[in-house]
Amino acid sequence: MTAIPTTVNEEDESEAASNETPADPASCGLVTTQFVELFAGSEKLKLGGGQLLGPIRVAYETYGQLTPEKDNAIFICHALTGDAHVAGWHANQRKPGWWDALVGPGKTLDTNKYFVVCANVLGGCQGTTGPRSTNPATGLPWGLSFPFITIGDMVEVHVELLKHLGVTKLLAAVGGSLGGMQVLEWAVRYPDMLKAAVILASAAKLGAQGIAFNAVGRRAIYADPNFQNGEYYQTGNPPRFGLALARMIAHITYLSESSIETKFGRRLQNGTSFAYELQQETEFQIESYLHYQGKRFVERFDANSYLYLTRAMDYFDLAEAHGTLENAFAHSKARFLIASYTTDWLFPSEQSKTLIKSLIRAKRHVTYLELDSTKGHDAFLIEIAQLTEFMVPFLSSAYESLRQTNHG
Amino acid sequence: MPRKRYCMPDPSAVLTDKIIKAHITPGTRVIDMGCGDGRLLVTLRDQHQCDVLGVEVEQDEFVSAVSKGLPVIRADLDQGLSDIPDDSFDFAVLSQTLQQVRHPVKLLEEILRVAKMAIVVVPNFGHWQVRLQVLLQGRAPVTQQLPYQWYNTPNIHFMSMHDFRDLAIQGAFRIVKEIPIIGTRNTERPFAPNLRAKNVLYILERA
Repeated sequence: MTAIPTTVNEEDESEAASNETPADPASCGLVTTQFVELFAGSEKLKLGGGQLLGPIRVAYETYGQLTPEKDNAIFICHALTGDAHVAGWHANQRKPGWWDALVGPGKTLDTNKYFVVCANVLGGCQGTTGPRSTNPATGLPWGLSFPFITIGDMVEVHVELLKHLGVTKLLAAVGGSLGGMQVLEWAVRYPDMLKAAVILASAAKLGAQGIAFNAVGRRAIYADPNFQNGEYYQTGNPPRFGLALARMIAHITYLSESSIETKFGRRLQNGTSFAYELQQETEFQIESYLHYQGKRFVERFDANSYLYLTRAMDYFDLAEAHGTLENAFAHSKARFLIASYTTDWLFPSEQSKTLIKSLIRAKRHVTYLELDSTKGHDAFLIEIAQLTEFMVPFLSSAYESLRQTNHG
Repeated sequence: MPRKRYCMPDPSAVLTDKIIKAHITPGTRVIDMGCGDGRLLVTLRDQHQCDVLGVEVEQDEFVSAVSKGLPVIRADLDQGLSDIPDDSFDFAVLSQTLQQVRHPVKLLEEILRVAKMAIVVVPNFGHWQVRLQVLLQGRAPVTQQLPYQWYNTPNIHFMSMHDFRDLAIQGAFRIVKEIPIIGTRNTERPFAPNLRAKNVLYILERA
C-alpha cells in the first residue's frame, strides 16, 4: 500500500486564519474542554433506532456567562468532523477553536453578551460517547456494535446537556451543514425551546449527491484491510488509508470549482516540469493538498465515527415523520435565519429554498439570503465578515424580543 | 445604478404608508415587495397585528429590516418570486417599485400569484409638471417626485393613470380601487386626477 505523502504546503483552509493569540482581548483566551456523564442510572436515552444507550459522556465547552434570567444561551451545533472546541485556545496548540473568528468578546457571537455552548456530537470521537468509547457491558471498545445514531439522538443529548447546565430555553441554536440539520431537527422536536434558529449551508435532507459521496467515503474505509470489521482499536493499526481517502473525497465537495482553480490551478508541487513518474502522487499542488488533508484528518478522527456520522446524515429527513416539511414546522415558534452560498454544490441553494417555501407555507418567521462566495460549502466557516453583517442584528433583535416577552 | 434601487425617497411616503395601512385588514398576512428598511411592515406588525414578510434586494436595507426583527427574504424582484408559494398572502404591497423593474407585467402576475390582493403605488407621469417640462423646456422631467436625471434614474418605465388602466383592460389584472394622491391628500374622485396626482395607489386583484 502506498504511504501517504507528507509534502505540505498549504494550511487547512477549513479553519479560518487568525493572527490572534490567547492574550488578545477579542479572544476567549485559554479554554478547556469539560466532560459530563448524562443518561446514567435508569434514565437511558432511547435512540431513534429503538435501542437504549447510557451512560453517555459529553465533551463540551462554554464561553461567556449565563445571565441570572438564563435567557442568553446560544448553542452551536458543529458539522460532520467538528468538535466542542469552537473558540479560544487549548494550552500548547498552534491554532484556536474552529469558529474562533465568530465567537469571542465583541465578535459576532459576542461572549460579553451571550453564553455560548458547544458539545461534541453523540457518535463522535472528540470526547463524547461514540464507537471508540468503552462498552460498559464488555469492557471493550464498542466498534460496530455501537448502536445506530440519528440527528434526533444528537439533539436529545444536547438538550440533556443544557438541562445539566440549568438552561431550558435557548436564545438561539446555530449550525452549518450537519450542524444546520441538528438545528432544524431541534426547532421541530422542541418547538418552544428556541427563540431563534440559524441554519447555514444546510438542508432538510441530504440530496442523492451527498449520499453518493458519503457512500464512497464509507466504501474507502470498509475496503481498507486494516478496518477489521471495525475492531482495529486493539491492533494499533486503524484504517488510515481508507479514512484519509474518505476525507480527500469529502474535502473536494467542500470546495468549489473556482476556489480550487484559483488556489491550485495546474501548478506543480516540486519544480516546473513533469517527473514522468506514474506513482508520483503529489505531482500537482492540488494532489499534495488533498493528501495533506487526508493525513491531518486521520490524526484526529476515528474511522468508525465517520461511518456512524455520515450514516446519520444520510438518514436525516426532517419531513419524514410529519408527512410534509410544512407540517414539520407547524408548531415551531423559532425565528429562522437561513443562508446558503452561491458556489456550494454539496448543499445547493435550491435545498435552502425548499426550506423557505415550507416555512412560508407554515406561516413561520423566516429570513433568508443567498450569499455570494467563491469558497463553496466551506464558506460558512470562512466568510465571517459576511455572516456578521446579518447575524448580529438578527440575534440582537431576537434577544430584545425574548426579553420583552419574558418581562412583559 | 443608484444605491436605493427599490426604495427611492418618497416625499409623500408617510401619507402613502397611511393609505396603504388603511386598506389592509388587521390580522392578515402581508408581503412587502421591496420593503426597504421595513418601516411599513413594522407598523403593520405592531399596530395591525399582521403576519408580515419583506422582500428586499439591497443589503443595507435588508440588514436594517432584519434589525427591526422582521422576517425578510433577500431577493431581486427582477429574478421573479419563485421561492414564494402560491396564495401565501392576503395582501402584497408594491410601493414605488413597479416602474423600476424590468418586467412589470410579469411581476404583477407574480404578486397576484402569491397574494389575493395587491396594493401598488406608482408615480404618475401624467402629472402637469412632468408634461410642462417636456413641452416647454424640451427636457426629460426632473421633479421633486422624480428627482433623477435621465442617466441615473432607477425608473425605467413611465406610465400615466390612463396607461395603467389600459393595461388592466388588456386583462393583466382587475383594478378594484384607484386612489390618486394629490399633494398631501388622497381623494377617490378628484377633478383631473391624471394631471394633478403625483402618485397613484391601486388595489388590484386577479383578472
